[in-house]
Amino acid sequence: MAERYVMSIDQGTNSTRCILFDNHGRLVSVVQREHEQHFPKPGWVEHDAVEIWRNLQRIVPEALSDVGVGAENIAAIGLANQRETTVLWDRRTGEPLGRAIVWQDTRTAPLVDELNLRPGETFFLDRCALPPSTYFSALRIRWLFDHVSGLEQRAIDGEVLFGTIETWLIWNMTGGADGGLHITDATNASRTMLMNIHTLAWDDELLSFFGVPRVMLPEIRSSAEDYGEAGGLLPGVRITAALGDQQAALFGQTCFSPGEAKCTYGTGSFLLLNTGNEVVRSRHGLLATVAYKIGEQPPVYALEGSIAVTGSLVQWFRDRLGLINNAPEIETLARTVEDNGGCYIVPAFSGLFAPRWRSDARGVIVGLTSYITKGHLARAVLEATGWQTREVVDAMNADFPVPLKQLKVDGGMTADNLLMQFVADVLDVPVVRPMVAETVSLGAAYAAGLAAGYWSDLEVLRRHWHRAGQWMPDMDPEHRESEYDNWQRAVERSLGWIRPPATS
Amino acid sequence: MAGPVQSIERAAAILRLLAGGPRRLGLGEVASSLGLAKGTAHGILRTLQHVDFVEQDEATGKYQLGAALLHLGTSYLDVNDLRSRSINWADALAARSGEAVRLGTPLEGRVLVIHHVFRPDDTLQTLDVGSLLPLHASSLGKVLLAYGTAALEPVLESELEAYTRHTLVTAEQLTRALGEVRELGWAAEVQEMSMGEAGVAAPIRGHGGLVVGAIGLSGPVERICDSQGRPRPSLITLLREAARAISRDLGATRW
Repeated sequence: MAERYVMSIDQGTNSTRCILFDNHGRLVSVVQREHEQHFPKPGWVEHDAVEIWRNLQRIVPEALSDVGVGAENIAAIGLANQRETTVLWDRRTGEPLGRAIVWQDTRTAPLVDELNLRPGETFFLDRCALPPSTYFSALRIRWLFDHVSGLEQRAIDGEVLFGTIETWLIWNMTGGADGGLHITDATNASRTMLMNIHTLAWDDELLSFFGVPRVMLPEIRSSAEDYGEAGGLLPGVRITAALGDQQAALFGQTCFSPGEAKCTYGTGSFLLLNTGNEVVRSRHGLLATVAYKIGEQPPVYALEGSIAVTGSLVQWFRDRLGLINNAPEIETLARTVEDNGGCYIVPAFSGLFAPRWRSDARGVIVGLTSYITKGHLARAVLEATGWQTREVVDAMNADFPVPLKQLKVDGGMTADNLLMQFVADVLDVPVVRPMVAETVSLGAAYAAGLAAGYWSDLEVLRRHWHRAGQWMPDMDPEHRESEYDNWQRAVERSLGWIRPPATS
Repeated sequence: MAGPVQSIERAAAILRLLAGGPRRLGLGEVASSLGLAKGTAHGILRTLQHVDFVEQDEATGKYQLGAALLHLGTSYLDVNDLRSRSINWADALAARSGEAVRLGTPLEGRVLVIHHVFRPDDTLQTLDVGSLLPLHASSLGKVLLAYGTAALEPVLESELEAYTRHTLVTAEQLTRALGEVRELGWAAEVQEMSMGEAGVAAPIRGHGGLVVGAIGLSGPVERICDSQGRPRPSLITLLREAARAISRDLGATRW
């Protein structure tokens, strides 16, 4: 019998990828296609949802022909997607009502300020465990209702559907206007600010607060269960999983037990900690979120800490300062010196995210003397990522009774040995890199394969996880503490730089 | 001290001349511009053409700067960049072969390990990125020597240390082995660095096919080699596929 594969679709911020995995969880083929980023105004970021759907229709057959197989060789399809990006479309024609508003889009910032004043963040934290932020979908729906004439009434009349990207793609894959499934999964729904984090159902109070009619919302389903058949794209193949990308990475890293955590190091970085079946309400600036829900089993939750600027600081160093030609060269430059020479960079380019949440902060470089070379600056760039990770881990250890024992890492920056060693040094726990770097896609594949019976249980998936590399902590504790103290003093100097607007 | 070499000065002048103008130049133009006899100019141009520094237009017979010259300044490849671009392929090689993977580049007469992927059996292993291996007794080193990435002369002139009784310790043995590497396209080391261990390696090529590093598998000899003590063909196939994939990513179009 011909080998069967699980197909993973990773609909990301910059591209859509289709990856096939074999029974050992090994990557067999990768096809990807980028889509256009639209920046109509400062702070606005949009995608064309139709372009993304067309890209998916192109890459799925390519991924099959790469390996020379057909739909009959695909055991199941799983989706992972950029989270919080918001699409509204016409239920009858399937036409999007404007471009998708991307998670990075900050047009709802004034609304965030309003909500923080009234009703205040406790109202939201009690229900959806999220504080008001420009990230989340509900604010975008409200913004669209307030700025597109007639839209709210059409939504109330049942003519408009809302979805995050996985909802949009599943609706189209399963028939679109002709009976397409209008569903989302609990991880994606947990990023809308409309779902009750405890019941995993749309929350009436939140719906009425934002004025979002229930009729436009997708049905909330498990992250791994049989949703339906992928219609014309892959006849006969079942779609059996959907997860937000960071949750998918947690799943792909097989962090199935409470206390297990992963950090994905990209442009920004996302650290997620499995907290088991309990929602942990953070007192230290982290978000509670749904990690995954498998079939009928109770949901598993996570604490999430996001760091806005990590890889993008290296890009800034490359593109704006021109001190290196490509990102990996930062390690070469950093190794020209022994240490940071007393120099620290706090990359609060648009304020500080978790755990500090200070929008009034801006970036600083401190400790400059005539001794400092570009090598020291390169060290400080890498160390900034290490210390920001430490701050998030400290917050997690304060919020959750099981202290972190090791950190699983993935993402492009894990190729930087100096950085990974530094992360291990400042966390004082081993840092481990898995053999499959594509953890987002792998997580969606795992969830899909699990629901389809391609893999029997979580233990089988755990056995697929193999260490490709490991960095052991090797830093004198006194040195660690004094460096951490220096970092914290550097952060203090970044705070309060942006003055509140003058009141007249 | 010897004076400047006249023919090299003339060659440099021809390259400057070709670089300076917007159009291709004929032999007569080159010769008269520089006050050279046509025969002399032709000899130099043909030599430059031979090393790809100059190209001749087939239709007109006129000369222009060659592509190799354009890449001369950019062939340097940062080792951290090489690791970053190899990491996915190296992971896949370790996952498929079941063996540990290393990448190496030359450093001061030795092989610098620039990347290491653990053998995927979750046993206790230690990252040895940054460690140094002998050129003549490692499969990575043999690849680097065979393709001129590491200089051979200093190795042949020095005493070759015998790590085991299988280590190649004479210049003849090593030279012959490197010839075989070039013929086969991969190198093997069977119990030459330590008894019970073996490794195979293949070249990673950058722009223009220049070998910039080596990728290799290593492990217990009974896993790397068959019962006759020869490297397993299945491992060689996986290894060469990975080396070719990385080379393609680095812009070595023909491999």
